Amino acid sequence: MQYIPNILFAILLIFGIGLFVRNIRKISRNINLGKDIDRSDNKSERWKNMANIALGQSKMVRRPVSGFLHIIVYVGFIIINIEVLEIIIDGLFGTHRVLSFLGGFYSFLIGSFEILALLVLVSVIIFWIRRMVIRIPRFWNKEMKGFPKNDALYILYFEMALMSLFLIMNATDTTFQLANAGNPISQFLAPLFDGFSVETIHLIERSAWWIHIIGILIFLNYLFYSKHLHILLAFPNTFYANLNAKGKFPNDSNVTKEVKMMMDPDADPYAAPPEGEEDTVPEKFGASDVTDLNWVQLMNAYTCTECGRCTSVCPANLTGKELSPRNIMMKTRDRLEEVGQNIDKNGEFKDDNKQLLNDYITPEELWACTTCNACVEECPINIDPLGIIMEMRKYLVMEQSAAPQELNMMMTNIENNGAPWQYNQQDRLNWKDEE
Amino acid sequence: MNVPTMAEMMAQGKQPEILFWVGAAGSYDDRAKKISRAFVKILHKAKVDFAVLGTEESSTGDVAKRAGNEFLFQMQAMMNIEVLNAYEVKTIVTADPHSFNTFKNEYPELGGNYTVYHHTQYIKMLIDEGRLSVDDTVLKGKKVTYHDPCYLGRANGEYESPREIIRKMGVNLTEMKRNKATALCCGAGGAQMFKDAEKGDKEINILRTEEALETKPQIIATGCPYCNTMMTDGIKATNNEGSVEVMDIAELIATSQNL
Repeated sequence: MQYIPNILFAILLIFGIGLFVRNIRKISRNINLGKDIDRSDNKSERWKNMANIALGQSKMVRRPVSGFLHIIVYVGFIIINIEVLEIIIDGLFGTHRVLSFLGGFYSFLIGSFEILALLVLVSVIIFWIRRMVIRIPRFWNKEMKGFPKNDALYILYFEMALMSLFLIMNATDTTFQLANAGNPISQFLAPLFDGFSVETIHLIERSAWWIHIIGILIFLNYLFYSKHLHILLAFPNTFYANLNAKGKFPNDSNVTKEVKMMMDPDADPYAAPPEGEEDTVPEKFGASDVTDLNWVQLMNAYTCTECGRCTSVCPANLTGKELSPRNIMMKTRDRLEEVGQNIDKNGEFKDDNKQLLNDYITPEELWACTTCNACVEECPINIDPLGIIMEMRKYLVMEQSAAPQELNMMMTNIENNGAPWQYNQQDRLNWKDEE
Repeated sequence: MNVPTMAEMMAQGKQPEILFWVGAAGSYDDRAKKISRAFVKILHKAKVDFAVLGTEESSTGDVAKRAGNEFLFQMQAMMNIEVLNAYEVKTIVTADPHSFNTFKNEYPELGGNYTVYHHTQYIKMLIDEGRLSVDDTVLKGKKVTYHDPCYLGRANGEYESPREIIRKMGVNLTEMKRNKATALCCGAGGAQMFKDAEKGDKEINILRTEEALETKPQIIATGCPYCNTMMTDGIKATNNEGSVEVMDIAELIATSQNL
């Protein structure tokens, strides 16, 4: 009978981690629905970016207040998780504070965890105040309604609860408090439980311990449904991010082939396609659905934390246009989730008469973009909303000829007279004598 | 003014030091033509051996690409590359950050490999090499703010060359709240120059002009003909014509040197 808690713990742990692994595999399958893109070059710079931007949070602190608070929560999260290791060993083997044999070092560890836990608690409360009391505009854009808004709050509540449980757990551990080492915070909470019987205090301690670890397992699996995936994906996301100058937009190699053929005086326009290529469907230009995007773009969508820094600097959004780069990422993820569920249900993707374009992202949003790269520059983890916008514009123009009328005129002018305006190319040098 | 073409140069068996890529705005837009002329005056002053393509110049295709027309972009690019390579062009200097960006980043894969400078980079080089001197008396004390063109700044990380030139002219340079990497777009990029804006509550160029006006400038300096148009329109729309001038850095230099 005495092993029941250990068995129960093992089952919970296996179930929690198993579910998490299943979710991760699903996400990775969905990301791999994207087109291939080679980002295996320049490994040293990629590692450096990951170390600076994801691990070192270098872009977070560009906004000092939220950046600083985020670093506390981040460091707290990573370091306090060392404690989870002890909890898991204790849970599996029925030990109590198995690492306490480390003596003074153990006290130092737990003591630092307690201080961090308090700092995290305070930071998370400030985060909540920023969202709900100060109501910083980027948390209240129109895409932040319903689940996206609640999602952010759930995470804050989760963290508040986990940190409190950790401190209560220590405060009600009577032997730990008696030793009076490594309890810089919980010693002030312990007196709150003074009037309670020994059994009650023990019961509180055990409950806090169990709820804390169950909470962590739930949180681990909540990630999958939440914007909070960034705590994992920020790392690959910064690693595989674009390293080229932001102004360099990819040249479509299929187009290059066609243009080269058109410009080759020896090319035979009536030639049969080369052996083996007769039946290949020509690839479509640009993107109308998530599967036309590349896997890095799809990973970007899962990584987005919906912090809205991108949208808060977008010139189109600042002037009241429909476009919000954050929403581009959110809609891409929503559609990708929908496609993933479709595959789960049907074994393979069955046409659902929907696509990313129109059903999620409208041409009005796409045409409002000035390609200024402010959103790309701003993202703390190098997400690139502009790449998605450009792929979709390309589809609109090259597959549907659906550019705004003025742009069609501009392009006709370029075709006819080599300038976006209707001027004669022969007048191109007239400016030199016009003073 | 004397602006030799590559064809003329070739006929004389000469190869100029640089090709000045004028761009569509610099060739046809009345405001931007003044920038082209100011830059040519600087080239003459520094005794730079240059040429333009003249009637052989055609759109870089940049704006077609940003509008989503990859096909038209690559057509233009390949045609331009044929011309440029036929003239054995090695170095391109342009006053248009959009041309600068596409030459520098997008042409090489298509067979066009050139050393590319934005005119502010090139002017800075001329000054550093002692080929061009800057007079810091004419514009002394003028209140100037500098608007970063997106395709020079964020797109290519060039924030300092224009500022260094401005500082040399003895002016009082005040930064806008959003500057360098966080600069706000003027509203013209991504082919917006050639279409009406989507429905919103404000024009982007007005917002940016207001940000510039917060620095109480006498001159708003920039390095892009499209930014110039947008900011000039913003100055008109906010009734600041006459008190605030929008000038390209080439024009600032030309003015300070009485060219």
